Amino acid sequence: MAEERRLSLDPSRQSRIAPGLERMADWPWWLIVAILIGLVVVFQVVTNQRMSVIFGAIAAGIGVTIRVTLSAYFLAVIIGLFVGLARVSSNRVILNIASFYVEVVRGVPILVLLMYIAFVAVPLLVTGINGLGGRLGIETALGAALAKVSTRNISNELRVIIGLAVAYGAFESEIFRAGIQSIERGQMEAARALGMSYVQAMRYVILPQAVRRVLPALGNDFVAMLKDSSLVSVLGVEDITQLTKLYAASTFLFFQSYSILAFIYLTMTVLLSRGVRTLETRLSAHRR
Amino acid sequence: MTMQPDSSSPSPEAAPPVGMIVIRDLVKKFHGIPAVAGVSFTVGAGKVVVIIGPSGSGKSTVLRCINHLETPTSGEIWVDGIKLTHNNKDINAVRAEVGMVFQQFNLFPHLTAIGNITLAQKIVRKRGEQEARRVAHEQLERVGIPEKADAYPGQLSGGQQQRVAIARALAMNPKIMLFDEPTSALDPEMIKEVLDVMLKLAKEGMTMAVVSHEMGFARNAADEIIFMDRGAIVERESPANFFQNPHEERTRQFLSQILH
Ligand SMILES: Nc1ncnc2c1ncn2[C@@H]1O[C@H](COP(=O)(O)OP(=O)(O)OP(=O)(O)O)[C@@H](O)[C@H]1O
Ligand SMILES: [Mg+2]
Repeated sequence: MAEERRLSLDPSRQSRIAPGLERMADWPWWLIVAILIGLVVVFQVVTNQRMSVIFGAIAAGIGVTIRVTLSAYFLAVIIGLFVGLARVSSNRVILNIASFYVEVVRGVPILVLLMYIAFVAVPLLVTGINGLGGRLGIETALGAALAKVSTRNISNELRVIIGLAVAYGAFESEIFRAGIQSIERGQMEAARALGMSYVQAMRYVILPQAVRRVLPALGNDFVAMLKDSSLVSVLGVEDITQLTKLYAASTFLFFQSYSILAFIYLTMTVLLSRGVRTLETRLSAHRR
Repeated sequence: MTMQPDSSSPSPEAAPPVGMIVIRDLVKKFHGIPAVAGVSFTVGAGKVVVIIGPSGSGKSTVLRCINHLETPTSGEIWVDGIKLTHNNKDINAVRAEVGMVFQQFNLFPHLTAIGNITLAQKIVRKRGEQEARRVAHEQLERVGIPEKADAYPGQLSGGQQQRVAIARALAMNPKIMLFDEPTSALDPEMIKEVLDVMLKLAKEGMTMAVVSHEMGFARNAADEIIFMDRGAIVERESPANFFQNPHEERTRQFLSQILH
């Protein structure tokens, strides 16, 4: 929005407009148009019987979309934090393991990664767990439980959550790494000079500052995760995208179905962005 | 370099040499290039040593080796009888006894003055919130800004920030204070308020190693002045001798530059 405003303040642009109309030229017209379209969709859904049926069919997946987004994002931030810390570690082994993960994941499309984790990594993991159960002996309770785990026990929803978390974990780790590295060296030195350990200095001095600095980037990725959660439809997980696909294919109401889907995503992302921005200003308000 | 009378006992099992800070044959190389090339000196308990010398002569590096912010390449350092090794436990034990004040203050910007002063007390000295705050208020009083307890660093002037940084170090009850050009980043009108605090500390008997080109402070507070150049000690003197009749030509040149 800031960019639009700057553009319209450009004097060469304003000079062509009559002075009385200058105010109107400054309006965010794109937003007004977007809101109008949104109102039309809402009006349709509320008044038109068929539209409200479509909306109901699609909206049934909102729970899944939100659940996938929240759990995958939560996991991704945790992964990102620890991998980010590993990426600034002076321990070569830790550093290299973390770099391997980040570089590999960043070099593979998320969709491919999702399928890889769902169809390759999870089955492999299950085989591994079964093997471990067999080693422990199926007489023992734990061994038996481990040996019994089957690929079918792991729902597609759980797989895509893991997949998205692994993919986004790499992005978040880069955000945390950049945040940590942006803190002046003197901060760590002052903390260590006071007798704090490396971990204590990170925990109480570096991370509180770094996290505040990267909050906007983390917020952006939250919104991005919401949008990328639509990829889970490829694996048949019944989020709003998958339900739309199914509904449109069986009714041939492509225009209505996909318009409503886009409308739902837009509403959610706009609300989420607002929420994230409010949170940011709250958290940075008492600084300095 | 300057030899200590007790430097004839290199055995690690021998009793630690006398002195709050004892440095013997300290060498620190960065990428093979020596920043400190064999420095030895002792700071007795309650003494104040001022280190001066041209830029890049290794003053900061010597100071930073004392609390192991830099790992010495070779040489031996004892702090209050504890020999510095690469052992983390020793390093933390030493750091808890050594306060350090930096040119750039390095206050924690996300914490208030009180927050800055209580943090390490709580997690290193294991003091409770109440006690830590009491000590913090005492120390802010000591450096003359009790009214700034709840201010964030960004709301303080440079001189006030540096005094909070001194209070933060003092709150740990250090036996030694290291100052690395504490007034170099300050506007002229704020230098005095920081030097006054340091002078008071010196009078109270704090053991101090100070890198500073404030000659007034050196004259008034120093028991000894060490002049360094190219990683080595060129001259060690009492302030009176140092300023009145320096032995070395290089010292004379340097003094004429900074005293005009
Ligand atoms: N971390 C480092 N890595 C590489 N070289 C370094 C590092 N720290 C210091 N040096 C080098 O070591 C030498 C001594 O530096 P030092 O900071 O101790 O000098 P100084 O006497 O404190 O100088 P100044 O008055 O400019 O602060 C310089 O040549 C410097 O470039
Ligand atoms: Mg220096």
